Amino acid sequence: MMAETSSLERRVPAERPLSPHLQIYRPMLTMMMSIVHRITGLANYFGTLLFAWWLIAAASPNGYAKFQWFASSWIGRLILFGYTWSVIHHMLGGIRHLIWDTGRGFGPKEREWLVAANLVGSIAITVVLWIFIILTMGVG
Amino acid sequence: MVQFTLPKNSKITEGKTWPRPVGARSQREYRIYRWNPEDGRNPRVDTYYVDTGDCGPMVLDALIWIKNNVDATLTFRRSCREGICGSCSMNIDGTNTLACTKAMSDIGGPIRIYPLPHLPVVKDLVPDLTNFYAQHASIQPWLQTVSPTPQKEWKQSHEDRQKLDGLYECILCACCSTACPSYWWNSERFLGPAALLQAHRFIMDSRDEATGQRLDNLEDPFRLYRCHTIMNCTKACPKHLNPAKAIAEIKRMLVERQV
Repeated sequence: MMAETSSLERRVPAERPLSPHLQIYRPMLTMMMSIVHRITGLANYFGTLLFAWWLIAAASPNGYAKFQWFASSWIGRLILFGYTWSVIHHMLGGIRHLIWDTGRGFGPKEREWLVAANLVGSIAITVVLWIFIILTMGVG
Repeated sequence: MVQFTLPKNSKITEGKTWPRPVGARSQREYRIYRWNPEDGRNPRVDTYYVDTGDCGPMVLDALIWIKNNVDATLTFRRSCREGICGSCSMNIDGTNTLACTKAMSDIGGPIRIYPLPHLPVVKDLVPDLTNFYAQHASIQPWLQTVSPTPQKEWKQSHEDRQKLDGLYECILCACCSTACPSYWWNSERFLGPAALLQAHRFIMDSRDEATGQRLDNLEDPFRLYRCHTIMNCTKACPKHLNPAKAIAEIKRMLVERQV
């Protein structure tokens, strides 16, 4: 009996593991959209750098030619397209959060509708905007 | 602190597959998180087969069946088996819920069970909820008054009583708080949906006279405002309450008292 007690006392308790979280949680649409809102928020910072470049480039003809070369390359187009979507998505997300901040839109149907509308709306607006840009300015 | 991966001692390893029941006409496969504080090994996921013809319909019935028939060392909390005590909360099929009210027929394929997410594990499916309870205590979940105690009881109109519906039913199972990514990353400072729902319950109570102090206590960048309306809490709640809405209401009240 004595020996048993002392062996129990000597045993160092194992450090408790942390139960799994992101690894096992089922992805929820509202949860994924919260992550996308964060990512687009971050992407908009980098997009703003592009915008700043455009403004600075506009001050000199040489610099502007460089910007135009970038903006008309396929990779430049892709980045600009992504930036457009990111801004629109983040803006619509902001409206979604504004609605939630008033205490509305928390029902099971409304909340799913809001996130779905955010996603579908941002893609639709971006595509329509780019079709409009290409049609009016031409592909050059 | 945000850490997306699990610490080294928490990485899940391959577990053991226990023998199938003999003579069972229908079986369900269960993959269950195991961790024994005494064997010095990392957590693992064991596979069990449950004879559904010999077992009740709920996930908790299956856990009890495994404990009785296959592996007596399987450890989990349970008490009322009818969704009122909040003991058997765990992560089942990717979402937090009560094992006693989750029917196994609602889940397709193998049924995966883990302890409530992002908590220290005591053993198998039993997590350490000390911090969770301390946060509940920190919102002072009792009526506070300054007016003299009335001759009889503190009265409340039917309308005022109805304002507590959807708030008082919380059973503190912790499904909501441990479903929240914000709570995962900031559980030391963010109170989490369960404690905030209870804070709202006392703010809304017409008999409580400490509303101002309660709001002061919550006006903090971490305690309240780590909520980013992710909604995992509301989707997980086995009592169909809406902590996300309750938190939004608190935020709204904080704005309203400024203007």
